[in-house]
Amino acid sequence: MKPIIEFKNFSFQYFEQSEPTLKNINLTINEGEKVLIAGPSGSGKSTIGNCINGLIPFAYKGEIKGSLIVRGLETKEASLFELSKKVGTVLQDSDGQFIGLNVGEDIAFALENNAIEQKEMKERVEKIAKVVDMYDFLNQNPHELSGGQKQRVSLAGVMVEDADILLFDEPLANLDPKTGKVAIELIDEIAKTGKTVIIIEHRIEDVLHRSVDRLVLVDEGEIIMDDTSDAVLASGILPNYGVREPLYITCARYAGAKLDKDDKLSNIDTFDASKYKDLLHDWYKSNYVRKAKKEEKELLKIENISFSYDGIKPILKNINATIHEGEMVSIVGKNGAGKTTLASVLCGFIKPDEGSITMKGDDLSKYSISERAEYIGIVMQNPNQMISKNMISEEVGLGLKIRNVPEEEIEKKVNEVLKICGLYPFRKWPISALSFGQKKRVTIASILVLNPTILILDEPTAGQDYKHYSEIMEFLKSLNEAGQTIILITHDMHLMLEYTQRAIVITGGEKIADEASYAVLCDLDLTNKANLKETSLFDLANKIGIEDPLSFVECFINYDREVRENEN
Amino acid sequence: MKIKTFSYSQLDTFIHKLSGLSKLVCFLLLTTSIMLTYDIRYIIGILIFSYIMFIIAKIQFKQIKMMLYYVGAFLLFNFIITYLFEPEYGVKIYGTKHILFTLIGRYTVTQEQLFYQITKFLKYLSVIPLGIIFILTTNPSEFASSLNGIGVPYKICTSLSLTLRYFPDVVNDYNTISLAQQARGIEMSKKAKLIDRIKRIGSILVPLLMTTMDRIEVISNGMDLRGFGKHNKRTWYSRKPLNIRDYLSMLICLLLLLISLYIRFKINHSIYYNPFI
Repeated sequence: MKPIIEFKNFSFQYFEQSEPTLKNINLTINEGEKVLIAGPSGSGKSTIGNCINGLIPFAYKGEIKGSLIVRGLETKEASLFELSKKVGTVLQDSDGQFIGLNVGEDIAFALENNAIEQKEMKERVEKIAKVVDMYDFLNQNPHELSGGQKQRVSLAGVMVEDADILLFDEPLANLDPKTGKVAIELIDEIAKTGKTVIIIEHRIEDVLHRSVDRLVLVDEGEIIMDDTSDAVLASGILPNYGVREPLYITCARYAGAKLDKDDKLSNIDTFDASKYKDLLHDWYKSNYVRKAKKEEKELLKIENISFSYDGIKPILKNINATIHEGEMVSIVGKNGAGKTTLASVLCGFIKPDEGSITMKGDDLSKYSISERAEYIGIVMQNPNQMISKNMISEEVGLGLKIRNVPEEEIEKKVNEVLKICGLYPFRKWPISALSFGQKKRVTIASILVLNPTILILDEPTAGQDYKHYSEIMEFLKSLNEAGQTIILITHDMHLMLEYTQRAIVITGGEKIADEASYAVLCDLDLTNKANLKETSLFDLANKIGIEDPLSFVECFINYDREVRENEN
Repeated sequence: MKIKTFSYSQLDTFIHKLSGLSKLVCFLLLTTSIMLTYDIRYIIGILIFSYIMFIIAKIQFKQIKMMLYYVGAFLLFNFIITYLFEPEYGVKIYGTKHILFTLIGRYTVTQEQLFYQITKFLKYLSVIPLGIIFILTTNPSEFASSLNGIGVPYKICTSLSLTLRYFPDVVNDYNTISLAQQARGIEMSKKAKLIDRIKRIGSILVPLLMTTMDRIEVISNGMDLRGFGKHNKRTWYSRKPLNIRDYLSMLICLLLLLISLYIRFKINHSIYYNPFI
């Protein structure tokens, strides 16, 4: 095996930071290997990626110690362009980086920059478009494609240069579970053509849908473990570093299984569960209790809501749903299914063509957007879309100030909310000094201060690793336990499974299901329609012959909740 | 319905089929010809010509409504200011003075001034549709390639076309942010006083700036990684090769320019056409 990427005693420190981000990395990747680099955010895994593709030190400046050789080139002496020929990078957010006005042009971008003649360029673009199965879309605007197609386009744009190394920076970040699964399959096919593939991701279970040669675990700028995925999973260290392990493995551990790297742990299909069958059955028997249904009081009633932008193509079709007091419920469905439109209707941003929304019998349509904020508040996906002030207390108090609430009362309310959100110690800080997760809290606080009866959050954990995800979700859970009714719009299966009892599934503008989250994720037909994926727990239950897999999944969820509660 | 108010739309008309380069050249030739003349006959000719082009390019009124309001306001303002500063400029130019009536003091209304100002008004009015046609029928990337074709550095061309490209996205961001802020109680509708709305616009602009900066970082990294700026030259995927249609159009526009010059130097012997003598 020939090494293609070699880190030797490599350290890197951004100029604006006081500590090195990468500390003395030694890592060799061989030609044709498929490697998964995992770690929590801030671990340095993206920095490793940026060192390989050359964004470090060319776009992000800093001090390099030691050596990194990529395809025979010492990166600190090479140029970004030399490297870009050897390393093709598919960035996280494919939506934000389309340069061309149509698919063909976007794929051609690298060729244009190489001053390739138009005739040759068109031929190469067509060829590569066939490889990623996008040939029929060459004249389409990339922004009008589906999430999976967008990713194919950005992949083609990188592959067209024929680089030997392909680097995927969080390829699953913006994809729904089913599209993500397809993306992983596509990456695997490309890896099989002999390319060296590096995937940077923290969603281990999803990446391992197809096998990788090695799993490199990174934390605090150091390599913690570098071994086969089976060995890393068997060691059980992932949760210690804020990385989630596959659910079926967690489940086996709960049942007391001592996992071994020869159990073929990396994939539920290959996992040798028969060894632990008895343990799992015993665990299930001793832990399963059917929970009594709580009494529910109706809070929000959504009746016959239909909406269309142009009067021709319906975005929402006759939606009916009920939200109960003190509930935390998720609205799920693939991108473009109508989730966000429904939220916009609830907030009064757009008026439905038909139907009504009533809260405790009070029709909400008579209120203006800002008046409605006192009934239903919404927190946007990206905190940068909301923050307009420099100081935290100013930002949080903004809504009250505009409502002409007296100064002292604003201060009192703001402090109260900041305490709830764990931001009180930072109240005098500038917002720019906060992390993404903290900023998110600021935006939640700035809505909470208006005391809405229902809080809607749009993709609250998008782009977050397990640790920050847990932080945000535990915080929301504590709010919920204090009586706040919460609606989450998401396509994160873990989120709906672990934190919301009930899920409303929307596809093509229609409600296709409204039931317990675990039941949704055990229904093959439903998950298919909504671009979700069945949970691996369901497969595990089937594998070991549990009669009622649904109850098994429910048992795991309840058990897992208790474990986490005891931890906190 | 979601109307793309001021952005390129793809249609299959004669004008859409022209290469961006020839459209740019035609645009420049015609505007130059207009700039070099004050002959109302020629100007009206071009005016009619450009409105015919409008129809050929199937540009709909609702696409350009907003734009026309602004242009109209600007022209009206220009008309009034011209008069206020030099109420007898036309007299100076044409050498005769036919007073229609007098407003106050030196503010007389003469046939000459009216004729001069109407000519000037029509001059603008005939150029603007040309510009609108060019922008609405030219694919931004093709526009960049044509600019590059006449010698503008490609980095400038690309940034220009990206700005055009992402403008609708920024407008979308603006709407999302504005709604989110309204939901917090920042009233932006007509219910609030104008002065308050202006003050509150900051609460939309700051987040808009932040999200736009995020966008820029992502896209510029993406461009770097795909070798943007590697060579002094680059090729263009969407450049259309010139064909007979293009040469014909450019020829017609060149002829129009020559006619304008001919009128100026051989017939009028001046930039102005003088009907008063």
